[in-house]
Amino acid sequence: MTTTRVAPARSGAPAPGAPARPSPRSKRRVAWTRRLLPWLFLLPALILFAVFKFVPMARAIEMSFHEVRPYLGDRWVGGENYSQVVTDEAFRDAIWHTIVLAVGQTGGSLAIGLLLALLLEGAARHLWFVRTAVFLPTVAAMAVVAEVWRVIYYPAPDGMLNNVLSWFGMGPSQFLNAEDTSLWSVMAVGIWRGAPYDMMIFIAGLAGVDRTLYEAAAADGAGPMRRFWHVTMPALRPVFAILFTLAAIRGLRVFTEIFLLTNGGPNGSTEVLMTLIYKLGLERNELGVAAAGSMVLLGATVVLTLAVQAFRRKDSR
Amino acid sequence: MKTRPPARADRFDSALGFTAQRGPVARLIQIVLYVVLVAVFAGPLVALMVGAFSPVADPSRLTLWPETLTLDNFTAAFDRGVLRYLANSFIVVGLGLLLQILVSVSAAYALARHRFPGMRLVLLLILSTMMLPEEILAIPLSLVLADVPIVHVNLIGTLAGMIIPVAAWAFSILVMTEFMKEIPLELEEAARIDGAGDLRILWTIVLPLCRPALGVVGIFGFTMIWDQYMLPLLVAQDAGQFTLPLALRTLRTDEQAGLGVLLAASLLALLPSVIAFLALQRQFMKGLTAGAVKG
Repeated sequence: MTTTRVAPARSGAPAPGAPARPSPRSKRRVAWTRRLLPWLFLLPALILFAVFKFVPMARAIEMSFHEVRPYLGDRWVGGENYSQVVTDEAFRDAIWHTIVLAVGQTGGSLAIGLLLALLLEGAARHLWFVRTAVFLPTVAAMAVVAEVWRVIYYPAPDGMLNNVLSWFGMGPSQFLNAEDTSLWSVMAVGIWRGAPYDMMIFIAGLAGVDRTLYEAAAADGAGPMRRFWHVTMPALRPVFAILFTLAAIRGLRVFTEIFLLTNGGPNGSTEVLMTLIYKLGLERNELGVAAAGSMVLLGATVVLTLAVQAFRRKDSR
Repeated sequence: MKTRPPARADRFDSALGFTAQRGPVARLIQIVLYVVLVAVFAGPLVALMVGAFSPVADPSRLTLWPETLTLDNFTAAFDRGVLRYLANSFIVVGLGLLLQILVSVSAAYALARHRFPGMRLVLLLILSTMMLPEEILAIPLSLVLADVPIVHVNLIGTLAGMIIPVAAWAFSILVMTEFMKEIPLELEEAARIDGAGDLRILWTIVLPLCRPALGVVGIFGFTMIWDQYMLPLLVAQDAGQFTLPLALRTLRTDEQAGLGVLLAASLLALLPSVIAFLALQRQFMKGLTAGAVKG
């Protein structure tokens, strides 16, 4: 306990063994700056977060209770904006599409990601190559992905994907251009880009599974499927929880892919909350209603995240 | 028969023992499977690349085996200002990433090396920003960008409006913090006894030791900023400020440009992130699992 530790100095008190400071007055000043120091280092981040995250959030909350009228001043409307969000048919459809898309993309990415992880797990060089190739969609910017898939989904019979489908005697499909296929087509793009990401997380999780458990299970006469179900799956539980949390945050706020693939069309069949909010706020200037919609979305994100966290904690106990 | 021959032990290296299968039929199935997977996931991007170099007028003419290769698409794309968009993208990603690293290192130093009242609250605030992406805040964010509080600057229509908001990113701060906590204190203590101040210690001792974490933060920040769409969409007012991803939509609706030009521009928007990923793949994977663990 007598060794010179930096810890007490860091917590603000003058370090007893530190190099002797000449006078008690300057010593006190040193203590002051020591206490202020961490805040100085944090200042840039805190200012940026305040200006670009928390101020906008406060503004959104404020706007959601007002009818926002530029130059005329805002008018308090209470919960009117919120009731419009909940009752308006366009919003209801958008909420439904958002949920379908989020659930479908999350489930699809998890299932295919797990399958990919099981198939491509391992240290061999050729597996590394296949994994890298499979992972590329996740690295590509969403704007690029959207343009590529618009070309692949070209709805003519000789479009790229329709061509491939015709080899198997299927199609042709209108994909993004028809109301009954558009949402599924968007979902497929989301899974295509999301599954490789999940795969990598699953592979990291699989690497942490104790190899001797596999051997022990095999020695007890368990086949590969039972081994997977009783050894691998329980070990992957935390990974599932993580991926669900991420999906809850990311899935509900989908914007770019819809905006670029269909912009909500055809006939509103792929309109999600974010594209509707964007149109309301920036094209029709209904800022109050748009803000209320954002707050509903934020609320859902927070609730989902906390629910997954709570479930995870209960599970690990 | 309790003991197994050692040659087969490697079937326990993976969950299903799939990769350890022997025999020509199993091998063949594996190869077919790999080819299908690569075709499904990388194929569309390869099609994009081939299309960018071939004379294609409309999507039904796109083939993976073109008869002629040409650079016409690129020259036509350059005529339409794609180089300008590319330059804008690089300016945004370059300056944005530089600022992001400076802000993250500075904040992480405070969080990893100092203990102070209110620290838990700060961590909680930083974590909570992960639930506040640009998309959800789009409407009020555009108002804030048009009139930044206190300083009253209008960032709409400037590249600064796309750069400054990405400078603080919770992921980078948390990854840097975790990494800095692992660095042993001894070196710093020695420097402190020699009379070095915090800034000198951070710059000359901690930062060089953080190089692996800088790789992780760098590659993740790069792909994140390159992928930004909502922020440029809110900030850019005319083509002069378009980033390349943002410009793709305009090129698509430009009827005279044609598909080849769009594909050429898309390829230019794809390559930087793919090259960065391939160059820093190990760091990327590290960040992927770190980020996932942090939620």
